[in-house]
Amino acid sequence: MFTPNALGYLAETPSQTAGPYVHIGLIPKQAGFDIFANNLGESPIGATTPGERIRIEGRIFDGTGSPVRDALVESWQADAAGLHHATPTPDGFRGWARTGTDFESGLWSIETVKPGRVPGRHGHKRMAPHISLWIVARGINIGLSTRLYFADEEAANAEDPVLRIIEQPARRQTLIARREAAGRYVLDIHLQGENETVFFDI
Amino acid sequence: MTALREFVPREFVPRDRDQHPPAVTPIYKTSVLRGPHRPLISLQNSLSEVTGPVFGHGDIGPLDNDLILNYAKTGQPIGERIIMHGRVLDGSGRPVPGVLVEFWQANAGGRYRHRNDTYVAPVDPNFGGCGRTITDAEGRYAFRTVKPGPYPYRNRGNDWRPAHIHFSVFGTGFAQRLITQNYFEGDPLIGRDSILGTIPDPAARERLVAKLDLEAAVPLDTLAYRWDIVLRGSRSTLFENRLEGN
Repeated sequence: MFTPNALGYLAETPSQTAGPYVHIGLIPKQAGFDIFANNLGESPIGATTPGERIRIEGRIFDGTGSPVRDALVESWQADAAGLHHATPTPDGFRGWARTGTDFESGLWSIETVKPGRVPGRHGHKRMAPHISLWIVARGINIGLSTRLYFADEEAANAEDPVLRIIEQPARRQTLIARREAAGRYVLDIHLQGENETVFFDI
Repeated sequence: MTALREFVPREFVPRDRDQHPPAVTPIYKTSVLRGPHRPLISLQNSLSEVTGPVFGHGDIGPLDNDLILNYAKTGQPIGERIIMHGRVLDGSGRPVPGVLVEFWQANAGGRYRHRNDTYVAPVDPNFGGCGRTITDAEGRYAFRTVKPGPYPYRNRGNDWRPAHIHFSVFGTGFAQRLITQNYFEGDPLIGRDSILGTIPDPAARERLVAKLDLEAAVPLDTLAYRWDIVLRGSRSTLFENRLEGN
């Protein structure tokens, strides 16, 4: 007897905003107190992790152009060889980090290594070096997924299978971090409006 | 060290966005300027989405799931002692073992331990308000805390949040990342809440309500509530086997 396997699936638990006090649970030091022996997500790398050390940073703007100063950003990336690791490697690479935007300036930053190229889906070319970002905040009802690419990877970006599915070339630019200095990349994220960042339904 | 290439990661079932709040929900005013106006671009899963960080018991401490003791300074916090527990399941109803669940909340009076919270209700010197745990082999999580109080916030003129606990959940892939809130059975503020009201489907809203669970209570000590969390399911179809050599 044919049994369609879509029956009996459970619906996903609905998302709710992380709220203005997300730091209590996920970055208690930023909320203003110290509670855990191990604060998760402080760094995606270890002291001996191979690869080019870089700093990525930026601000997140709302629909009026004002910086969002209570957001939480998580990053997920491959190592310098283009491999993802679920658990930390012996050289301390984890590939995952979380940080809050500064309560005054709205700036967030992560010190990491530049990721290598990762295989694309079957039949597609390798993806350009990128870091996946996930953003939650007060006023954001469901976490926003986007990617950070690098302005000095022009050739790889041009053949990236994900950038290429963005129909309007001008919108692809919203994902490309500019190189401000050696090893320092800046990506500003616009939640809404004229330069709205591309967000993905992953 | 676990290089994920050794495994066969599976693609996730596309998210049913009708179960979730839209980005812009005027009833919750802050969303009006923080919700994207342009459509999301649908992305079929690559390794960047099907992989994600996995945490172990070495990442957390032994008291991290006990909010009654993990910030106790001069005694225990004041409030209704409760156990919150449940299971983390995927869309097929299978338990999701070994994943990190984090939670944070206000104290019994509705005050958060956060430098930006200025509500008149006092902080509790013995309550931090956050914790975390890792699901067991059957996908179960549990923690002990005090029941949070409602609190007012600047939205509509007289808006009060129902008692709630914020949850952050990891799955096995970054695409399963979820933050949500749960509420308590029978709370009359639930039907009036602007944030829960951002979810269009009443049945979906109901799934965020924890149920009183007398069987899990500790007599003469601690009441219990039960709440299960469902993450996105994955497809049984493999796609990894053709990745190499592209």
